[in-house]
Amino acid sequence: MKLWKFILTRVGLWALTILVGVTIVFFIQRMLPSDPIETMIGKIVTMGSTLTPDAVQAIRESLMKQYGLSGSMLEQYVATLGRMLTLDFGPSMSSYPTAVSQLIGQALPYTVGLLLITTLISWIVGNAIGLLAGFKKNAWYSKFLETVSMCIYPIPYFIMALVIMILFAYINRWFPLIPSMPKFSFTFDWVKGVVYNSFMPALSLMLVGTGWWIISMKSLSSGVAEEDFVNYGRLKGLSEATIGYRYVFRNSILSQVTALALQIGGLFSGSLMCEIIFDYPGVGQLISTAIYNADYNLLIGLITISIIAVATATLIIDLIYPFLDPRIRYK
Amino acid sequence: MNNNYKANFRQVWKSMNLRLKIGLAIVLLFLILGFVVYLFSPGNVMGLSNFRKNLKPSWDHLFGTNKQGQDTFWLLISSIHMSMILGILVAFFATAIGVMMGLFAGFVGGAVDRVIMFVCDSIISIPSLPILILMGSVLKGRASIYIIALILILFNWPWPARQSRSMALTLRERDFINTAHFAGEGRFKIIAVEILPHVLSWSMANFVNTILVAIGAEASLAVLGLSSTTTPTLGNMIYWARQYQAIMLKQWLWIGSPVVATALLFIGLFLTYTGYNDYTAAKRGR
Repeated sequence: MKLWKFILTRVGLWALTILVGVTIVFFIQRMLPSDPIETMIGKIVTMGSTLTPDAVQAIRESLMKQYGLSGSMLEQYVATLGRMLTLDFGPSMSSYPTAVSQLIGQALPYTVGLLLITTLISWIVGNAIGLLAGFKKNAWYSKFLETVSMCIYPIPYFIMALVIMILFAYINRWFPLIPSMPKFSFTFDWVKGVVYNSFMPALSLMLVGTGWWIISMKSLSSGVAEEDFVNYGRLKGLSEATIGYRYVFRNSILSQVTALALQIGGLFSGSLMCEIIFDYPGVGQLISTAIYNADYNLLIGLITISIIAVATATLIIDLIYPFLDPRIRYK
Repeated sequence: MNNNYKANFRQVWKSMNLRLKIGLAIVLLFLILGFVVYLFSPGNVMGLSNFRKNLKPSWDHLFGTNKQGQDTFWLLISSIHMSMILGILVAFFATAIGVMMGLFAGFVGGAVDRVIMFVCDSIISIPSLPILILMGSVLKGRASIYIIALILILFNWPWPARQSRSMALTLRERDFINTAHFAGEGRFKIIAVEILPHVLSWSMANFVNTILVAIGAEASLAVLGLSSTTTPTLGNMIYWARQYQAIMLKQWLWIGSPVVATALLFIGLFLTYTGYNDYTAAKRGR
């Protein structure tokens, strides 16, 4: 029953995080100095059409209803929460009348796919290398790997993205500057096309991500490798590989899973930046379009989805944790 | 007296590990570039068409000029200057506020502790970049760099608060705190005099890390064009270079120098941060 209590607490925290996030977005919208409706009306009026004041007032009221700005603050808040539950963010102003949820639905799979694959690969590869480096702390490659990852890890994602773009798209011309995703079909050609076009953003995410896992796994596993039970395993006659896997790896990996949950926010922000720089057709590029066109509906929808995505990813990882660490189930 | 100081400095330098030395050297380089070399810069670096456009590097213009007619070298120096000021400002206030709030919450406990921790956890668990993008897009390049700094401080104080609170929780059970309490020292005095020195060394490390985070966040916003675009920072230099298609035009110095400078600065700050952590751990005998 402790397990159920754990699950319920985590789900409750997830809902609370999303609620707080949406509330913050709501208040930021209302408290910042520029008024999106007046901006829109300004744009419409300057486009040269002659409108009577009554018509302008009618436009203003319908816009207010669409943006959810009519009624008192409490009514607006409740209405916003209600609409969010059905994921209805209204129509996008820049691609009127396409619904925002439709636009996000088109872009989200690319972002989720990119994030999932890069996180998995960098986590696995980084931990494997880190385990090796930490277990064999005195080998020459251990120090070398740690130094290299120390130089790569602090570089922000978008700087790495720019470097990779310059190296691979301009100087070497191996990869396309602007990705063009092939149309979806369950064929190998589609997979090849997607991989070819996503290689650069994926590479920049993976390089920086792997760096962190190498560093932390190395320090963790070198700490565990000095524990008494590892020595005991050696005295017992177990092979290095068995000790490495059964003792050192399984103990270190738990902290790494928790660290992964904490890093999800940073990884998500990093992938947003990479998508924007590489023009990758995901959520990031949609955000830059929304910013450029001052499309507030789209922007609010994207930000809400981002908060939900990060909270959900953290929740999933938190829920996997008891299955890896039996101690949690009985605490 | 002088000999004492010299010996002390050499001892300290010797006891530092290689990582810390390299990190400090890089950070020192950037401090010199950003504050000493900066003193020689001509004013109005961001002025458009200050000089003829697209000149090659020469003795007049060390890195040549860019498509906006600005001298690339002095633009770089001013950007380093502004980015570092921003980073240090944000890190200082965020760490100061965070440590004070965390110590207060940990030491006082009870409802105050829970409220402060709830606020901290909310800010930590919500991804900051989307919200920064929202704020930045509404202010749309009209915000001064100091408003951006204020927002960054707001987002960065919870980390040090959380850590210093857990430190306060362990420290407050220690005997010397109880002794001070029973001797009649007031609460704030206990926090300031007894607890703060323990937290200080950790706060130094966190301060360096926060500089990194702050410069990174501002640069991320700037590359999107959401920071104050008229202020020269490293991110803004990259933004304008991309706007003018510097990569396509093979203007490597314009796009390359801020990229290399940012990467190097971050590596230096990070090496200082981890090196300092190792150094204090070694001093404690671990």
